[in-house]
Amino acid sequence: MARTGPKNSALRVLVWLGVILAVMTAVLAGGSISGQASWAPKLALDLEGGTQMILAPKVEGGSDINEDQLNQAVAIIRQRVDGSGVAEAEISTQSGRNVVVSLPGTPSKETRALIQASADMNFRPVLQAGPGAAVPTESLTPDDQLPKPTAEPTNSSDVNWVTAEVYKKFETLDCDNPSQDKQERSDPAKPLVTCEPATATSPAIKYILGPVEVKGSNIKSSSFQLQQGAQGAVTNEWAVNIQFDEQGTAKFKEVTERLYQFFVAAGGESGSDPKAQFAIVLDDQVISAPRSLAVITDGRPQITGGFTEESAKALSDQLRFGALPISFEIQSEQQISATLGGEQLKMGLLAGIIGLLLVVVYSLFQYRALGFVTILSLVVAGALTYLAIAILGWTENYRLSLAGVAGLIVAIGQTADSFIVYFERIRDELREGRGLVSAVENGWKRAKRTVLASKAVNLLAALVLYFVAVGNVRGFAFTLGLTAIADLIVVFMFTHPTLQLLARTKFFGEGHRFSGLDPKRLGAVPLYRGAGRLRTPDEKPGVVRAKNTGAAAEAERRMTIAERRLAEKQEQLAGSSKSTSKEGK
Amino acid sequence: MTTNFATFGNELYTGKRSYNFVSSKKIWFIIAAVAVALSVLLPVAKGGFNLGIEFRGGSEFTVSNVKTTEASLGEKAVQDVVEGSIPRVANVAGNTMRIQTDKLTDDETLRIKEGLTTAYGVTDNEVTSTFVGPTWGADVTKQALLGLVIFVVIAAVLMALYFRTWKMSLSALVGMLVTMFVTAGVYALSDFEVTPSAIIGFLTVLSYSLYDTVVVFDKIRENTADLDASTRRTFAEEVNLAVNQTLVRSINTMMVAILPVGAILFIGAGLLGAGTLRDLSLALFVGILIGTAATIFIAAPLYAWLRQGEPALVKQAERVERRRTESAAKATAAPETATT
Repeated sequence: MARTGPKNSALRVLVWLGVILAVMTAVLAGGSISGQASWAPKLALDLEGGTQMILAPKVEGGSDINEDQLNQAVAIIRQRVDGSGVAEAEISTQSGRNVVVSLPGTPSKETRALIQASADMNFRPVLQAGPGAAVPTESLTPDDQLPKPTAEPTNSSDVNWVTAEVYKKFETLDCDNPSQDKQERSDPAKPLVTCEPATATSPAIKYILGPVEVKGSNIKSSSFQLQQGAQGAVTNEWAVNIQFDEQGTAKFKEVTERLYQFFVAAGGESGSDPKAQFAIVLDDQVISAPRSLAVITDGRPQITGGFTEESAKALSDQLRFGALPISFEIQSEQQISATLGGEQLKMGLLAGIIGLLLVVVYSLFQYRALGFVTILSLVVAGALTYLAIAILGWTENYRLSLAGVAGLIVAIGQTADSFIVYFERIRDELREGRGLVSAVENGWKRAKRTVLASKAVNLLAALVLYFVAVGNVRGFAFTLGLTAIADLIVVFMFTHPTLQLLARTKFFGEGHRFSGLDPKRLGAVPLYRGAGRLRTPDEKPGVVRAKNTGAAAEAERRMTIAERRLAEKQEQLAGSSKSTSKEGK
Repeated sequence: MTTNFATFGNELYTGKRSYNFVSSKKIWFIIAAVAVALSVLLPVAKGGFNLGIEFRGGSEFTVSNVKTTEASLGEKAVQDVVEGSIPRVANVAGNTMRIQTDKLTDDETLRIKEGLTTAYGVTDNEVTSTFVGPTWGADVTKQALLGLVIFVVIAAVLMALYFRTWKMSLSALVGMLVTMFVTAGVYALSDFEVTPSAIIGFLTVLSYSLYDTVVVFDKIRENTADLDASTRRTFAEEVNLAVNQTLVRSINTMMVAILPVGAILFIGAGLLGAGTLRDLSLALFVGILIGTAATIFIAAPLYAWLRQGEPALVKQAERVERRRTESAAKATAAPETATT
């Protein structure tokens, strides 16, 4: 069987499709066995129940927000929500303009406030620092030994800020188990007791900080780079650079002048007076507390020390975000109960099944046995789409929403469309009098272009919809695009090769009356057939239907054929005259 | 039925049965012009579309599995919390009530939710609430318009590249625009609620309309490829034949597109009440019907009309005419020479 040709290439293509499906299944199975993926697609909130909020960022002073800043904002909201103990919250940006927060259940008032609040970045001088753990009850400082401020504090670094109350709070604070009830924002004019959370390289530290001295909004920009050595050579140390605006520069100069004195007084590099440190505070948490090694007069401090590229970038990003205090306004909020979500999913699936059945029935009516090819193709397209959604759910955390389900259902019709275009083309070719094998090849050549063009339109629409869609209808565009691709794969790799093979079977090749490709029924003008036979409808008239109209139609058809032959001769003449490039007829 | 349809297809294919889509273009154009004009004027006269809560802003509660569908219960539950409020309460499907109010505070939302739970005798799980801020609608509208413009522009470029003749691209776009206006008109006339889902459906319809036109125009291009060497049919007749030849295809694609949409519509509207499914499918349902018709009645005849004045085609039409008079003369001289 060393034959090449459509049959073998069709088989080859089908095998490739099988390989694709097998690989996708294997990937998903692998993920599922390792416990990371699940066979069922992940469901969006409107099907699973929960709360979805769409938030619009609001910048103080009304300036614009770019995508980077929005991503930072999302990172910060995520941190806050996770910190507040809400499990499985999903926070993402949408179209680079909005933030979508999805939470299971109904969020408490506090969580809601937390989400909406703007990031609050400040620079505060450190008054006292200590290890993050709470001081054990037995070693707490007795009441009578608690600090008693003797005078009104004169500047932000003044220890007179540390009252008995503040000190008590400092001692009892446990940075490893932060309490989750600190929704209130700190007063910038008062001292603050807070933590620097533990990182991979350093344990948690707690601080008493003085009042705010420089505001985050005074930061003009920040960046990170490899530090330059004394000779200007690049070292291996990462550094974060800040640039303050005019006001920030002046303030920061003032602060570093004071802090530098503490630094020198404590013995310079080897000293350890916490008062030489200033803390960068984001949302009342210290993100970094460097020492002031010099008086910074140009408003361009550089923070160094133990950074990796990653941690330098993280700090730089946080600083830049802090430069722009963004708060959030709830644009829309939807609470869907799990009951309703489940109901919606059930109904969506029911609609899908009904839609599918209707298409199946219609296909069988219109295309008879060929309808089964449609059904099988839809099954393959369905399998491809299902696997893609499940895999995307695993790798990209894609969640299927109700709109997504609607997209899938609508796609049933759009997928079947391509088959109809193809089948009608084959029928056209049969009507022209070709044998089925060549009708399939010729019909495909013509249908291919149309299918490609029309799928391009579908994909284009899906893309545009995806990028401009607001709210929860994005899922619709996504599944629409996904199924358009699945459809292309199926038409090229399943439907066409299958028809190539079927065209060689007796049932289809000889145009069984239930095949949907019966040349007689299609009014074909017989040309030379395969297998050395000539068949004409006149010798073997098609099934004459019981009604008189059938006979009348039959009679009319003969005339048509006659007309057509004449017309064809003329066309041939015209065609040949064209090929010899003569004018006229 | 199949036989009839196949025969129907055959007759359309050979040109034995033919509908005059192209030659009666005036009627179609007038109908389309009137429909478009009405679609523009109607919303203005009616004072706009029936905008969904996403555009208006406000709060909405959906109560499912209610024991009674008495609207006054919902009204009372809202008025108990917010005095003087006039909520819109509607029974949207089987056992589902929808209550829309003005913007509420978080606290009010919670209390109304409780009130509705007791009033309709349902569990906490069966009340769903949605809140839409006042600026959201403007945002949605902006995005929808942006999407529309981007889509039309890209579609225009794509069509120009694909068809390589501006007359075809223009006709396809006009067909799409007619679909767009008339679908919007149907929405305005029927008072269907316009929600973001409906708008997404609406934009999808535009893609369907273009897709449909691409298929028909492909056939037109195929039929008219060797026209200058043929005296069988004039250009307009070839276009008409192409439309007729793809008619079965058009009907079939329309049917398979609309059947699943119909299923969603039935489920969405009948069993679930208002929501994503219903709004989406309603727009699609209306639009697919109009889009298919627009290709056949507007886009194709318009293309024929745009090209009919071209000198080469005028000449070709003359040749067709001459050949016809000649063969008619021959036919009277020696009848039935054509039959076998």
